Amino acid sequence: MSVLIAAKDLRVERRSRVVTNQVLPFAGVTMVIFAFALDKETVLEQVAPGLIWLATMFSLLVLVQRAFAIEADDGAIDTMRVAGVDARAIFVGKAVALAAQLLALEVVLVLLAIVLYRQTVPMDGVVLLVTTLLVATCGLASVGTLYGGLAAGVKGRETLLPLLVLPAVAPVLIGATRAVESALGTVGAVVSDGWPWVGLLVVFAVAFGVGGSLAFGPLIDE
Amino acid sequence: MDPAAAPAPPVIELTDVVAVLGDFPALAGASLTVARGEILLLQGPNGAGKTTLLRLCAGLVPLTRGTGEVAGYDLTIDREAVRRRVGLLGHQNGLYRDLTVAENVHFWGATVGATATEISAAMERLGVGGRLVDVPVGKLSAGQRRRTALACLVARRAELWLLDEPHAGLDADARDELDHTLRQAAHAGATIIVASHELDRAGALATRTVDVIAGQIREVAA
Repeated sequence: MSVLIAAKDLRVERRSRVVTNQVLPFAGVTMVIFAFALDKETVLEQVAPGLIWLATMFSLLVLVQRAFAIEADDGAIDTMRVAGVDARAIFVGKAVALAAQLLALEVVLVLLAIVLYRQTVPMDGVVLLVTTLLVATCGLASVGTLYGGLAAGVKGRETLLPLLVLPAVAPVLIGATRAVESALGTVGAVVSDGWPWVGLLVVFAVAFGVGGSLAFGPLIDE
Repeated sequence: MDPAAAPAPPVIELTDVVAVLGDFPALAGASLTVARGEILLLQGPNGAGKTTLLRLCAGLVPLTRGTGEVAGYDLTIDREAVRRRVGLLGHQNGLYRDLTVAENVHFWGATVGATATEISAAMERLGVGGRLVDVPVGKLSAGQRRRTALACLVARRAELWLLDEPHAGLDADARDELDHTLRQAAHAGATIIVASHELDRAGALATRTVDVIAGQIREVAA
């Protein structure tokens, strides 16, 4: 069932092209604006990993709003619950689709950082970088799906969602930034420094993945 | 006693049901029995409890007090099983506008493991097969969207159809088509409950009518 829901979400995205036509340009513009605001090469090189994740967080909010707007537009989420679709399957399916879109976005953001902020990826940092992207994405997608579901039925959800999501993903912002700094060798960081941060990201992803799948049903039923 | 002569159990059996939404008792001691194959019209003023009654029968609103069974499952302890046997069509259709008719019906059919043959048959039966199958739902007329939503109910093998103002937003031809479809569905064994303010049209469709007033149900003499 999760696969069915994830495939449906990705098909809706392929048809509507919201990620490619709106979210990706938004993330790109964010990266360019950071470059204007921090118009010093040394500063940009030092803060590039953090900027990648800040742009990811902002884009996450847009993606989550969109993921639940397609369910709310014509009452599909209610229909899904009436159809007896397991809430855990809805959670996992939507989180997987969100993760796939986020991952594609993060790859583009890393490439933009290489071009705009003159970042390089040393060979010994590739595994750490890829692992960080994967694990951090799982955590972000779980948090986004959980709070997206919570905010979906609430008045003022557009403003509520950032208030809920941004504090919750602060550990990912910190952990993923440190791990990517180590992967890219920013300001003398070494690869071995990054793995403990990946451990934190794993704990976060598991906690929100398991907790989210358990809490999602009661949240959307409310 | 010949078991074949025993009457079929009712699809819905509610006794002295109370459902409280927030602090408001939307249903206040409602009792109702509905037999298989009936088309029951719920009539009553706005805020009388018609929609809450439909959502309660769909397993979306919990019982605060009283007892209730739908399709043989207890509404207090087995709401998930109830949901799998019920289709609720409210003011919205529960469709994905960016997906085609076929993709929507396939998605909802797949939630119960419907075969490709069943899905095609559902689309044909509701008149959304043929040239409409590959049309995105967002480009359909209101009547075609409603028929697509009903095709989704057929595809996911709903035994009990709960329809809230099903004629709203439809032109005269689409209303006639809808009535024809509902009569056919009831003839094929579906049980249908319609909440409507359009008493002339829905009254002609219904095999029985009840008043819902201040959260209570009163039988209307035939």
